[in-house]
Amino acid sequence: MKILVCISKTPDTTAKIAFDDNNTKFATAGVQWIINPYDEWYALVRAIELKEADPSTVIHLVNVGGSENDAIIRKALALGGDEAIRINKDATDPFDIATQIATVAKAGGYDLIFTGKETIDYNNGSIGGMVAELLDMPYIAHAIKFTLQGTTVTVEREIEGGEETDECQLPLVVSCQQGMAEARIPNMKGIMGARTKPLKVQEPAPVDTYTSISAFELPPAKAGVKLVSADTPEELVRLLHEEARVF
Amino acid sequence: MILVFLDQADGEIKKSSLEAAAYAAGVAKMMNTTAEALILGPTKFNLSTLGNYGITKVHAASSEVLTAFDSQVYTTAIQQAVEKSGAEIIILSNNSSAKAIAPRLSIRLKAGLVMGAVALPDTSNGFIIKKNVFSGKAFAHVKVETTKKIIVLEQNAFHVTKTEGTASIEPFEPTVPASKIKVLSSNKTTGEVLLSEASIVISGGRGLKGPENWHLVTDLASLLGAATACSRPVADVGWRPHKEHVGQTGLAIAPNLYFAIGISGAIQHLAGVNRSKVIVVINKDPEAPFFKAADYGIVGDLFEVMPKIIAAVKKLKDVA
Repeated sequence: MKILVCISKTPDTTAKIAFDDNNTKFATAGVQWIINPYDEWYALVRAIELKEADPSTVIHLVNVGGSENDAIIRKALALGGDEAIRINKDATDPFDIATQIATVAKAGGYDLIFTGKETIDYNNGSIGGMVAELLDMPYIAHAIKFTLQGTTVTVEREIEGGEETDECQLPLVVSCQQGMAEARIPNMKGIMGARTKPLKVQEPAPVDTYTSISAFELPPAKAGVKLVSADTPEELVRLLHEEARVF
Repeated sequence: MILVFLDQADGEIKKSSLEAAAYAAGVAKMMNTTAEALILGPTKFNLSTLGNYGITKVHAASSEVLTAFDSQVYTTAIQQAVEKSGAEIIILSNNSSAKAIAPRLSIRLKAGLVMGAVALPDTSNGFIIKKNVFSGKAFAHVKVETTKKIIVLEQNAFHVTKTEGTASIEPFEPTVPASKIKVLSSNKTTGEVLLSEASIVISGGRGLKGPENWHLVTDLASLLGAATACSRPVADVGWRPHKEHVGQTGLAIAPNLYFAIGISGAIQHLAGVNRSKVIVVINKDPEAPFFKAADYGIVGDLFEVMPKIIAAVKKLKDVA
């Protein structure tokens, strides 16, 4: 079986969010970059578990970005990917990114494509669905459990207030979230091995622009907390009722 | 024309979809056009009352085939409704179905997509939508450059004002492919307020010391008709189910009131709740980072404070 795992580079979860160039660019100074947590902890690790269960499985990683992304791609290879393809383009329009990934996916003939449920920077969660549509494959979003028997897939996915269990045949696109797998850290063997694994760089396919970000904005600063004495908690209830009017 | 897709659960239109309907009417008003709605599958909802949300016409596909959700099937049905109605802007609510449909529909219709919109479009210079980015820590203004546009509205981001009105109902029979996905089972808690849709959320953290003390959370929640949530460590040790976990890797919510009991407010937790309109923090540690993000707070022992708060709310609600 061939699995394609889509990985994105995002700022660390604790990164300070600020913008440069008249609020048109994310301020990258001092930012630590990581593999998007949903892509790493759930999509990639679940793919690695599938390979552990069936060693004939091949895992390819795909990333859209410039050479500055190679560090996180090497980390993903250290965790367990066999080979990585980076499409050399700085892109933020989900249609652009999905088109690039679909081009790689079409050429590679994958049975299964994993993405994270969304990236923690742009919070779109649209790559999986777009890639599925471009490949005319079924798509299951927000998977929390994934099992495979032959070519039959059983996926548990999150719905409002509960879970639904779906059955589907490969090929399939799945977006992954918490529950799919437990986060791992790369071991020394993986880190050493990752240096020699292929990281292919491919030039992007031409695409139309569907959306572009014209500006960023930070939320207004909070006015500051209004503290109520622990001796008079009923005063808090009064404030929430009469001042904040939330109940 | 603006078309809003109304998503259902068990034959009822989801609250978030009604917000999307009112938002669609708002967009229609801005653009001097009308807002129509699309509903797929049999419904128990009185569709003509969608007029109260500003909807003029409802395209209703009552086929049983559409009861089971499959993004490929739904995308085809919505595409046909768009062609039939001539809609230029398609609106959905950001829930589990839309997250799977909207990206497909974007490809199918060659329409630019904005996921997680929080305001009406700004049409003064192109067509720009404000959306959440960086897990609620910032907004982006996204310009949609295609003729057809898809907007997926964030839950609890648009205030619904009901009006007088009756929507006409037009039967709609889409031709859809057979589904490649078979739904084996569905497991849902009924009777509880859905965390993703709740306007008030009461949440507990490790400060509660154990699941046996959760009545301090659930009692207040039931008095206020609120949903309950928890921090990640609480879900990880199994005091509460994972579906209650809010934060960076759990659910991101934006209620009117987020009431945090015994949660320190690590940055990963804040990422899931910082879009809440009012945040209340009860914590014994005055240095807890959550106080910096809070609107109201009490520094004190929650085991002493919470019973008094519950009693005061009971008194207010006159159920003492």
